[in-house]
Amino acid sequence: MNKKLTIALLGVALVAPLAIYPVFLMKILCFALFACAFNLLLGFAGLLSFGHAVFLGTGGYITGHLMLNYSVTPEIGIIAGVICAGLIGFVYGKLAVRREGIYFAMITLALAQLAFFFYLQAPFTGGEDGLQGVPRGNLFGVIDLEDNMTMYYFVLAIFSAGFWLIHRCVHSPFGQILKAIRENEPRAISLGYKVEQYKLLAFVLSASLAGLAGSTKALVFQLASLTDVHWFMSGEVVLMTLLGGMGTIWGPVIGATTVVGMQNMLASGPLANYIHVVMGVVFVICVLAFRNGIVGELQKLVKKNF
Amino acid sequence: MKVMQKTLLATAMAATMAITGSANAAGLSDDKVKIGVLVDMGGVYADICGQGCVEAVKMAVEDFGGSVLGKPIEVVSADTQLKPDIGSAIARQWIEQEQVDVINGAVASSVTGAVTKVASDAKKITLIAASASHAFTTKACTPYNAHWTYDVVSLANGTVKPIVQSGKKKWFFVTADYAFGHALESVATGVIKENGGEVVGGVKAPLGTTDFSSYMLQAQASGADVIALANAGTDMVNSLKTAAEFGVTETADVAGLLVFTPNAQALDPNVAGGMKLTTGFYWDMDDETRAWSKRYMARMDNKIPAMPHAGAYSSTMHYLKAVQAAGTDDSDAVMAKMKETPVEDFFSRNGYLRADGRMVHDMLQVRIKKADERANGDDIFAIEQVIKGDDAFLPLSKGGCEFAMAKN
Repeated sequence: MNKKLTIALLGVALVAPLAIYPVFLMKILCFALFACAFNLLLGFAGLLSFGHAVFLGTGGYITGHLMLNYSVTPEIGIIAGVICAGLIGFVYGKLAVRREGIYFAMITLALAQLAFFFYLQAPFTGGEDGLQGVPRGNLFGVIDLEDNMTMYYFVLAIFSAGFWLIHRCVHSPFGQILKAIRENEPRAISLGYKVEQYKLLAFVLSASLAGLAGSTKALVFQLASLTDVHWFMSGEVVLMTLLGGMGTIWGPVIGATTVVGMQNMLASGPLANYIHVVMGVVFVICVLAFRNGIVGELQKLVKKNF
Repeated sequence: MKVMQKTLLATAMAATMAITGSANAAGLSDDKVKIGVLVDMGGVYADICGQGCVEAVKMAVEDFGGSVLGKPIEVVSADTQLKPDIGSAIARQWIEQEQVDVINGAVASSVTGAVTKVASDAKKITLIAASASHAFTTKACTPYNAHWTYDVVSLANGTVKPIVQSGKKKWFFVTADYAFGHALESVATGVIKENGGEVVGGVKAPLGTTDFSSYMLQAQASGADVIALANAGTDMVNSLKTAAEFGVTETADVAGLLVFTPNAQALDPNVAGGMKLTTGFYWDMDDETRAWSKRYMARMDNKIPAMPHAGAYSSTMHYLKAVQAAGTDDSDAVMAKMKETPVEDFFSRNGYLRADGRMVHDMLQVRIKKADERANGDDIFAIEQVIKGDDAFLPLSKGGCEFAMAKN
């Protein structure tokens, strides 16, 4: 990855809240992390999970529940959310990696729907109401996160850590093996790799990071609701990843920014009632015209011309 | 030198405080009053508080003259899609970014719960025109909630009590599975038990359910005298239609606990005719309501107004008058004025805003007219009885709203 570019982007991220509404930026960061986690699975291991919202939602519910009822500090709340998402990821992954392709996607979707109805009925989630008024708390017991600016830098730190972890994974021997499995699974098996274990590990990592995004999002909005576990959300993350560029490091970030930005702009404009139509059209155009996504097409352009 | 610096700093601070203090005491925070209307544009409550609520608020602003204290009044609106997360995110952005001073509309108790938390943290008033849960003025009350049109207690008192007293003792609930439905069911259950009835069962259906057949068959099998519909909007219409199709209405009475005028209009008079219910407003009550409703209908493709529309207008008007009288848009000062001025207009009769934020006003007990009683398509209710505000709503002392009870 280009170091200069990373430093420049980090610089932009540091000053961005002076010009742009911090809560909007935090929303983008949370979804970008979620999409990056999803991309680790789809882009690098070639596994299309259609139930990733469950991990996002689980992180949010666990963190929200702990913050509301046991007044723990936010870092403890987030860690607990990540662990729970990871555990569910382990169970779901264990079941799902036995199958491939469309069957894998269907199993993850089915398991995610099971979890959705559990969260709908479970008393601790508040059903349709969600968990409302989650306190942001004091980081490490000292730093008050109520202020949007402080919260923003906290979220930026979390996003950077998550993003760095994904980057390290992808460029490690583990990441190389994942890519090998994606390209040609029988050959990876013939080379002696225990493919299922690698897939499972990728699944758990991806689920935990999605949980991290969900936990953070619950703190930002002070709310954990059914929207985050609904299968619409699982679809939205697929859209973000494909639009930005599947299998690229920056693709999901660009994709999440585009999708969240579009939703935000459309929500108050004359097209407010047609958000879903517009998003659908964008998705169709993306799949038909530029299959590699925004970043993928840019990379191709750079390769061709420079 | 150090002392000097300190004195200078203190003087500067005092001066700043004096300036900001006086700005708060008189005048408007940002040279305008901005009203944000949160509604449901495309969901099950779109007819109840959608574009209609936005129009009603705009009407109030126009009738007020379009400006207050010499500054313009602006109206913005947004669709919550009935989701708490979307609603609270919009409210947050409005308040933090777009200088919205007051939120109106607020449809669906789940969304309103999230929105009022955001608004009261920022010390902004929420005028709740279209939510029913009584939590906003009891256990979740804040000094910045004004709950206007109706609530679950007034609905249950008005509708359930007379039916139990008429001898129909066994009840079954079909409940909308979120804050509003749960609150309505628990309050109605209390009323039933107080009057010697019993609840023989109940089911919870998700918001926006389209197929109520399995719920209705359970209701039928329970052997109840009355099936209470603790839901609203198209949910209520669909469940009543299903009840009629399965012949449930022949063996038991169906009581709609929250029926809005447009929903009653959508029902077949042969099925719904004769059903008694409680409402906060009916367009055809007297000359004043008719005059307002005619103006509303002219703007809304001749659709008759439901009570949230009238409530949205009435609450906006009362708010603007309070801003005028207080000479500021500072929420605490405006709320104090709103609470000391009686609310008397085409919508609210003998109304006043209580310390806990409950707007207490007369409710109407009505009966849905049968087909042969109706003069035209908009002739829906026959008013049976006016319920005095203090009888309809939960008394302040029983609500458990801490800050309001401490004051009294």
